[in-house]
Amino acid sequence: MDSFNLRYHRQIILPEIGVAGQEKIAAAKVLVIGAGGLGCPILQYLVAAGIGKIGIVDFDIVDISNLHRQILYGKSSVGVNKAIAAKNRLTDLNPDIDIVAYPEKLTTKNAIVLFSEYDIIVDGTDNFSTRYLVNDACVLSQKPLVYGAIFKYEGQVAVFNYKNGPTYRCLFPEPPEAGSVPSCAEIGVLGVLPGIIGSMQANEVLKIVLELGDVLSGKLFTYDCLANQSLAFGVPRVESQVTKVLDMATSFETTDYDLFCGIKKGVDITAKDAFLIKNACFIDVREEHEQPKIDNLNPIYIPLGELEEKIDTIPKDKELVVFCQSGIRSKKALEILLQHDFKNVAHINGGAIALYNNKPNVTDHKR
Amino acid sequence: MQLTIKYFGMLTEATKHTEERMHTNTCSVLELVEKLKNQYPELKDKDFKVAVNHQLVSDDYLINNEAEIALLPPFAGG
Repeated sequence: MDSFNLRYHRQIILPEIGVAGQEKIAAAKVLVIGAGGLGCPILQYLVAAGIGKIGIVDFDIVDISNLHRQILYGKSSVGVNKAIAAKNRLTDLNPDIDIVAYPEKLTTKNAIVLFSEYDIIVDGTDNFSTRYLVNDACVLSQKPLVYGAIFKYEGQVAVFNYKNGPTYRCLFPEPPEAGSVPSCAEIGVLGVLPGIIGSMQANEVLKIVLELGDVLSGKLFTYDCLANQSLAFGVPRVESQVTKVLDMATSFETTDYDLFCGIKKGVDITAKDAFLIKNACFIDVREEHEQPKIDNLNPIYIPLGELEEKIDTIPKDKELVVFCQSGIRSKKALEILLQHDFKNVAHINGGAIALYNNKPNVTDHKR
Repeated sequence: MQLTIKYFGMLTEATKHTEERMHTNTCSVLELVEKLKNQYPELKDKDFKVAVNHQLVSDDYLINNEAEIALLPPFAGG
């Protein structure tokens, strides 16, 4: 018996797998996003099982507080990038397979190209912004997504975008309000729980590869490790949610998922407060003919429609306060500025009309 | 009618229950959610999906007697 058959002997002797099944595993290419609590057991089992090519995406570095649950790492990994540290450990576990470390952030710029090199994507991330990004990139590149997520003593597992099944957005169309769902770092997690949920994700990957059993598509599996209770809920595919993502094909690269998930926020300020702000750069995004002008704020004039093309003329180092006539266009301007990574931005509720009514010295002449 | 309601994730903290029995008049999912939000004000700013008898349903779904309701919030942790 050669070393291939020896290493995988115990799974090859399963009649449902056999040498043919092992060859399917060896031909599979799986990308794991996040090498943390979920990612570690996912990677460990998939590499041990002999998945032919494994990609690991993680920009984060190993911290001592990760070690109680992120079982690929030891004291010598602290301070090392997780994708690199995981690859080092996994290469020792199984040197016969192709392991690629991507020590970088998954972004809208690299996701589609990266996903195209793999058959199955596994979500082991820890935030909503990346989870929506991963889902949308899977829909756009037509890859099945093996999802897992945890909260304190509970976990969720599902397979999305598999053979016309539902997507993550069919289950949760919109992200919850930023900050309303605490993370493991904020609220804590029992180390074993991501071990259980990550192992279930690895199991789903192998079932997809081997075409074995019932893949957890169209269902959300939940597990409570204190009550030992597990349940599965039927999740229907919602065509409008899928179409919404497919329609993003051309705008995906410029979509800001942090903004979508409310992590970045512009501030609403009242007209009264606007006059108290010192050292800010005010931007009037109305058309040139619109009155009244608010000259004593000394604004720069960039109509909303020209904002993107003139984005380089806006100072990066100043607080920006945007206004329009009534506060609707300025909100759109705010989003555009946030998308272009302006951090300190606000808009004025009620716009020029409110400004005019709140300041006695407003001039009413043409510029 | 009698219902069993199961709460998941942070909703167990908002309601101080993992599961409860509830008596209510015949109602839709939306009406039940409104009733629960009045009873547990902390639910008001929470996002969750509702399953009836282990199937995700829309807001206008009419709930039957002895149904098992589950309130499922999204989790982010990994």
